[in-house]
Amino acid sequence: MKKILIAFLFAPIVAFASGSVHLDKWPGTVADKPALQNGAKLFVNYCLNCHGASYMRYNRLTELGLTEQQIKDNLMFTADKIGEPMRVAARAGEQRAWFGATPPDLTVIARARASADGSGADWLYTYLRQFYRDDKRPTGWNNLAFENVGMPHILWELQGEQVLNKDHKLELAVPGKLSPKEYDQAVSDLVGFLVWMAEPMQEQRKQLGIFVILFLCVLFGFAYALKKEYWKDIK
Amino acid sequence: MANTNFEKYKSDGSLQGNLLEWVDARFPATAMWKGHLSEYYAPKNFNFWYFFGSLALLVLVIQIVTGIFLVMHYKPDAALNADGVPVAFASVEYIMRDVPWGWVIRYMHSTGASAFFIVVYLHMFRGMMYGSYRKPRELTWLFGVGIFLCLMGEAFFGYLLPWGQMSFWGAQVIVNLFSAIPLIGDPLSIWLRGDFVIGDATLNRFFSFHVIAFPLVIIGLIAAHILALHETGSNNPDGVEIKAKKNDKGIPLDGIPFHPYYTVKDIVGVVVFLMAFSAIMFFAPEGGGYFLEYNNFYPADPLKTPSHIAPVWYFTPYYSILRAMVWPIFGLDAKFWGVVAMGASVVIFAFLPWLDRSPVKSIRYRGPIYKTFLTLFVISFFILGYLGTQAPSYWGEKISQLCSLIYFGFFLLMPWYSKIDKYRPAPDRVTM
Repeated sequence: MKKILIAFLFAPIVAFASGSVHLDKWPGTVADKPALQNGAKLFVNYCLNCHGASYMRYNRLTELGLTEQQIKDNLMFTADKIGEPMRVAARAGEQRAWFGATPPDLTVIARARASADGSGADWLYTYLRQFYRDDKRPTGWNNLAFENVGMPHILWELQGEQVLNKDHKLELAVPGKLSPKEYDQAVSDLVGFLVWMAEPMQEQRKQLGIFVILFLCVLFGFAYALKKEYWKDIK
Repeated sequence: MANTNFEKYKSDGSLQGNLLEWVDARFPATAMWKGHLSEYYAPKNFNFWYFFGSLALLVLVIQIVTGIFLVMHYKPDAALNADGVPVAFASVEYIMRDVPWGWVIRYMHSTGASAFFIVVYLHMFRGMMYGSYRKPRELTWLFGVGIFLCLMGEAFFGYLLPWGQMSFWGAQVIVNLFSAIPLIGDPLSIWLRGDFVIGDATLNRFFSFHVIAFPLVIIGLIAAHILALHETGSNNPDGVEIKAKKNDKGIPLDGIPFHPYYTVKDIVGVVVFLMAFSAIMFFAPEGGGYFLEYNNFYPADPLKTPSHIAPVWYFTPYYSILRAMVWPIFGLDAKFWGVVAMGASVVIFAFLPWLDRSPVKSIRYRGPIYKTFLTLFVISFFILGYLGTQAPSYWGEKISQLCSLIYFGFFLLMPWYSKIDKYRPAPDRVTM
């Protein structure tokens, strides 16, 4: 009887599971500091020209193992002081005139892009590797993961130019500076940085959580013993 | 000097004794302590389901304390800052990043919102299983339904404050529902928003409702809920009145003082609850996209409607009932009847004490018909909740119509099926 009830309970989940978009799994982790540093470099060189990260302060990059001097020398193009947020150099109004829309702030994009199809990291990792040449678009670029996207392929130098073949599959027509394997790694590092930036305290959060739960386990021992002691006479 | 307040409590001459005598002559401290804790006799057979009342109180305290600290840093302002982001949205990220331990406070509050509904739903289900709403506890139940209604309002107003896409469009959908009311609908929805669209005026009034008006009413209703409960005494899993059998001192034979017995027991419940709470808060604060919806990490954009707008999980059963009404009746819009059905699905809980005609209270002594109806009700509630998170579909609509029928059938047919059901006689005393 119980089994039938459970089956009935979950039937709609099976029945309505929609045909989901296939996303490539992001292969990285936020624990990989050198990868995050590389991601930060790619981010300030390529993304930060148009997209801001306006809740993220430069000096927080010290948590990736960089010194303030290293950040100032290598990563700060748009701010004078290390405590300032990662603002975009271009103005919102100008950008709207150029692209038709203001490029979104990227601080928490890795959290916003999560869905039932996969994590935000998976989506970004797929998206940044699926640009292709399309003459019908004003920028000359289109994307399989984000149809008619407004953004041109900003990393084309690195990846090269992909085209759609007859089977609707991506094909590398013009090679870029990086091999396909190196490009995937670079995108993975960049995505890692975006994931870290979306919640810079995420590692600290999990560590603290372990201590909190361990403390509660000890407290449970005392609380349970206290309850047993008081209740032993109740029958 | 007969019958003055100074005779109520006699000091033993110690400093604490003197102090208590002084206080008791001016404030019923000892009387309240005894009446509500040390000499409040609760049935000794409370089981797992009886943890959720005290847990609801705990979550209320968590929400109020974390809320106080959030308000110190949060800014209810829909204007765009220099970076083109709404100030309200940016202030939440400021709390998450720049306020020391702000992320702990914020995750406690966001996890607490969902935890509140989980705990309250289980608390209500306990009342339904054991007939806690029945005579003489109708008022306790009615105050409880009032708390539930206010809690829904509180959650709805609070959800707008982060000013993300789901905050904005969720509020837009819900406020627009009022425009379905004939004649007064449109002016009513404009009056509620304070604007023609959800905007700064809406954000500010929702903030005011969320931090002042509703918490105040909720705390008042909780006080009434507990006072009414302590007047009648608690029900129990057997649904028998422990006050019917008392010893020569007038103490119920099956009653034990709430303090220390249930205080120490509830501490165990609190610790276990905090373990689950911490597991979500520290390891999955987004709750798989159900506690913090992914789309809400985009700032509110009045020009960009999300392809799929779903309310937070605790509202989805009622949202499904709203969407299940697709027929215009009496020349009125289907949407209007959807709003009526949704409102009725929440308010109908208040009528339970008068719908139930069973001679026993507890499910333990009820017959198969009631058990079947309650099981179907719970299954329908879950399915409606699930469908409410999903985009509309043909089969989704048909199933939610069937489940809505079962949902209302559980209540409206109760006077009939609770009477004809077979039941076993309840015992005189509680069973352990």
